[in-house]
Amino acid sequence: MDLFEYQARDLFAKHGVPVLAGEVIDTPEAAREATERLGGKSVVKAQVKVGGRGKAGGVKLAGTPDEAVARATDILGMDIKGHTVHKVMIAETAPEILEEYYVSYLLDRTNRTFLAMASVAGGMDIEQVAEETPEKLAKVPVNANEGVTIEKAREIVALAQFPAEVAEKVAEVLVTLWKTFIAEDALLVEVNPLAKVASGDVIALDGKVSLDENAEFRQPGHEEFVDHAAANPLEAAAKAKNLNYVKLDGEVGIIGNGAGLVMSTLDVVAYAGENHGGVKPANFLDIGGGASAAVMANGLEIILGDPDVKSVFVNVFGGITACDEVANGIVQALALLEEKGEAVTKPLVVRLDGNNAELGRKILSDANHPLVQRVDTMDGAADKAAELAAAK
Amino acid sequence: MAIFLNKDSKVIVQGMTGATGMKHTKLMLADGTNIVGGVNPRKAGTTVDFDGTEVPVFGSVAEAMEKTGADVSVLFVPPAFAKAAVVEAIDAEIPLAVVITEGIAVHDSAAFWAYATAKGNKTRIIGPNCPGLITPGQSNAGIIPGDITKPGKIGLVSKSGTLTYQMMYELRDIGFTSAVGIGGDPVIGTTHIDALEAFEADPETELIVMIGEIGGDAEERAADFIASSVTKPVVGYVAGFTAPEGKTMGHAGAIVSGSSGTAQAKKEALEAAGVKVGKTPTETAELARAILNAAQ
Repeated sequence: MDLFEYQARDLFAKHGVPVLAGEVIDTPEAAREATERLGGKSVVKAQVKVGGRGKAGGVKLAGTPDEAVARATDILGMDIKGHTVHKVMIAETAPEILEEYYVSYLLDRTNRTFLAMASVAGGMDIEQVAEETPEKLAKVPVNANEGVTIEKAREIVALAQFPAEVAEKVAEVLVTLWKTFIAEDALLVEVNPLAKVASGDVIALDGKVSLDENAEFRQPGHEEFVDHAAANPLEAAAKAKNLNYVKLDGEVGIIGNGAGLVMSTLDVVAYAGENHGGVKPANFLDIGGGASAAVMANGLEIILGDPDVKSVFVNVFGGITACDEVANGIVQALALLEEKGEAVTKPLVVRLDGNNAELGRKILSDANHPLVQRVDTMDGAADKAAELAAAK
Repeated sequence: MAIFLNKDSKVIVQGMTGATGMKHTKLMLADGTNIVGGVNPRKAGTTVDFDGTEVPVFGSVAEAMEKTGADVSVLFVPPAFAKAAVVEAIDAEIPLAVVITEGIAVHDSAAFWAYATAKGNKTRIIGPNCPGLITPGQSNAGIIPGDITKPGKIGLVSKSGTLTYQMMYELRDIGFTSAVGIGGDPVIGTTHIDALEAFEADPETELIVMIGEIGGDAEERAADFIASSVTKPVVGYVAGFTAPEGKTMGHAGAIVSGSSGTAQAKKEALEAAGVKVGKTPTETAELARAILNAAQ
């Protein structure tokens, strides 16, 4: 889960990373009081989870409270690379910036360890630094069980060749930033820029934090970071039902069991769609290995409630849960939905394979539901579902 | 022959007495797995009856190993306790730990991986968030359905559970030496490369099927390894061509970040290494079948 800048700022502050004062608001008028609290001037910063907001006009200086209201009026509602600005941060204006650095910690999947990255060339896109001047970006593996002590931090600072006068201050930031990374179960904590200001201090002026959703069980405070406003309503409804669902932009609703099989199903439907007017998958939905009737009903309810869906492809491989149970689940799910008064009007193509496939197919055939068609191969069923979606 | 697991493997189950552990221990026993014990400190000294088979419960992995000679542990321990359970298995130096648990925080898996490495990697870790591995007709350590295929000459390594089953089922007439589900988390123990290396060394494996998915660069690195070190034919499949950037697709590790981790890049890397890559699972199975038929 990626956080907004203001949320990252709050976490940095909580763990001792030096930041400037700031508060988040969602109405232009609130910018006035927030700016007054900061002594009459502020920086108005759009809160969007995408880079390049400065260039897009999403960060403006305000010399007076009135000006802050005007800037907030401009920025709230602005579209930045497809992200609507719902909130702005009213931040303390930075003291005179002398230099801009970069520091971060992230998961290095390739080496199965954590990685510290640091550069004296901050303030710009770090991927660009890595590409154009790789010698300016120090990358130092961090052992998960050893962490970043002040000694380790000094080693990182030395490798990145920070100027002597800020070296110790940057090392201290690296230690507090590591605390943030560990305490919050983060996948990424990044400060860019880390600014050296006229007083000689270093301050985190902007940052990114991404949190591990698998750690939610021990991070109850992270619930408040969930961006309900931005969530697609179908995704929100699916999450409430504990379903693993991602909304996509096509027309064929997809239900399957197992993440890999569902990803594969999306691909197979997209290929089939090439022969049927370019129809595409409408969603990712993994109902898990079990595929019980109740979960199947929940899944179907979400998918049938998506106005973009023209046909549905249920692709299940019966493993531990055999196909006869899955077939019963589908039949019961449809009955359940009809009982609830939901009109099931979209055609369903069902492919069952694996354990007890014959039995499962027979159950579907016997149920003889007018909207359910059986196709027994994955490729064939994808083609049928694409054809039905294109015909609508 | 087989990789990592065979009929002589003595298997214990950490988390055997929980609902999932009970269910799958029963299934593993039905597949002929030699389950020699469970681990639960609070139930040590008791036994659990699985349709007439009495399985003893031990207080620790070390005790179970000492009393039974166990060399494989399968873990069904909930995410909050998984790190401690894996560390216990590493401390006991059990040769193989299969971590089925889904939803382990990445700081925990990074920590137990670092711990295993510091201890000299005496314990092979498979997973987490994986279906385990099966050597058909001999032993089943995990949740792969045991009756969808038979012993044969294909080796299979996959990030995905259900795609593994699909492939095993499509090629059930040819059969498998071993099938290894390595898991879909960002940090996993055994990699595609480890399994490829083992299948290359296994005299009964004639062809290797490798299933990958979006996220990370494991498939690209596996492609380099295939080019340099694998002489057996390899057939590949990659899932997630249509996955949008920045969205996690079910598996915690299945995410395209910016331009990295795409299915297209993985497919291209594999093809450059001489791997035939199928467009769909069925086409992949057909490619494998065609290669084996041509070799006969």
